[in-house]
Amino acid sequence: MLCDECRKRPANVHITKMVNGVKSEFHLCEECARDKGELSLISESKFSFPSLLTGLLQTGSDIGVSVSRPGRTVDRCKNCGLAFSTFANMGFLGCSECYEQFGPRLEPLIRRIHGNCQHTGKVPKRMGGAAGVMREIENLRNDLAKLVSDEKYEDAAVVRDKIKALEERLSNEE
Amino acid sequence: MPLEDIINRTYSAWMSTDAPHADVALSSRVRLARNLGNIPFPNQASETDLAEVVEKVQKAISRAPELSRLEVMRLSEVSALERQILVEKHLISPQLAQCTQNRLAIVAEDESVSVMVNEEDHIRIQTLLPGFQLSEAYQIADKIDDLLESQLDYAFDEQIGYIAACPTNVGTGLRVSIMVHLPALVATGRVKAVLSAVSNLGIAVRGLYGEGSEASGNLFQLSNQVTLGRSEPELIENLAAVTGQVIEQERATRKKLVLEMKDQLEDKVHRAYGILSHSRLMTSQEALRLLSDAKLGVELRLISGVDGKTLNELMVITQPAYLQSLVGQELDPLERDIRRAALIRERISNGREGKER
Repeated sequence: MLCDECRKRPANVHITKMVNGVKSEFHLCEECARDKGELSLISESKFSFPSLLTGLLQTGSDIGVSVSRPGRTVDRCKNCGLAFSTFANMGFLGCSECYEQFGPRLEPLIRRIHGNCQHTGKVPKRMGGAAGVMREIENLRNDLAKLVSDEKYEDAAVVRDKIKALEERLSNEE
Repeated sequence: MPLEDIINRTYSAWMSTDAPHADVALSSRVRLARNLGNIPFPNQASETDLAEVVEKVQKAISRAPELSRLEVMRLSEVSALERQILVEKHLISPQLAQCTQNRLAIVAEDESVSVMVNEEDHIRIQTLLPGFQLSEAYQIADKIDDLLESQLDYAFDEQIGYIAACPTNVGTGLRVSIMVHLPALVATGRVKAVLSAVSNLGIAVRGLYGEGSEASGNLFQLSNQVTLGRSEPELIENLAAVTGQVIEQERATRKKLVLEMKDQLEDKVHRAYGILSHSRLMTSQEALRLLSDAKLGVELRLISGVDGKTLNELMVITQPAYLQSLVGQELDPLERDIRRAALIRERISNGREGKER
């Protein structure tokens, strides 16, 4: 038997995979098997994002983690018309509204990709308002703790005053 | 014409060897994904939508005096070969080079900054600096982001942060990456163990230009995998810490190679240098491999007479499109291999005689 991959060398590595009850078999030579093992590490060519995404979407419902989430499920975004199935195949959403429309189905996916679902980074200043100020205060508090533990008290005092000023601004706004 | 300057100038600032940790870290790159509210993402947008994005971004740039040094190029007005050069110089992505209508590439004169309009997302801000300068690259991108944001309404959500076309990019929209040259880890077969350890720490690993299963020229790109749930400084610190470890491993292995296998190593780097100096036919893959070996020789001071900058530059200009633009015409593969070998011989002998480039 020749290797499924290169069709040149004899196949001496036999792999049987069971994915969602579907059995598939590969017969590879040692070299191609080694190459395949490296694929996930270096190359993306044969391990495309959509197939990964589709896999992620499936496992959730198959192992019963995210079945019957409360809330509506829509099959098509009302704003841009993108079908959820298209997203599952392509890996791209159609517009910012898609995140709202497909929310209940996207959340477990986002959680699985990123490990959580809460943004803690930069906030656009224009959106800013209270949320932006609060986040800035939080970041400054982290800086403050670090400065204190490094015994940089002069710098810490500057940061402390900044926090105070922001807190005042916040209470004035409210 | 600035575009012609950018295309014709073979040396880019990021090829410098004076930067921090340049013996292992070639370049640091930051990318921010941003989208405008109320306009579909490029994959779902009509030409009218795309034109609206282009117009809004152009207006935003013209209103920010700090951004006036950026050159705005409409890709529909740039030839296919020139677009390919922009790709090989890492200024735009291969995906953007394929589409042209209502697509912009906005590039700084020194090539440290490029903004792609209507690629996968409406706006992608990229910065590229030589060596290990992740925070510095982020600061530049952050500043451009602030300037654009003051003129544009970004799609943003309290919970999932900056909205992106692909859920893998939401949150910070930040991808920070560093290109490392790991010839010693590859030569000793340790690279796989090191890189799989790295990939368990939330870092993705990729070969240069992402083609094939083998990293050409022993070049690897490390980048953050997750974009949501951690702040920008946290993401950068994580990558910097992991990269620091990889750099230490590579340096230790180089030292070990010099101690234990000096003869073999000297032979390998001088062979590479010899072939580069004398060959008459050279494929781009072979060029990358030999340039990598020679670069190791220069860094370990086993080879003198050629500098790291020349080798970094050759790694880019020996790529197919770049080579053709230097020659000024399209070439068949055999002609390319002839010209490539000639170009390498010329640059290396110029370096040897200490001539100015």
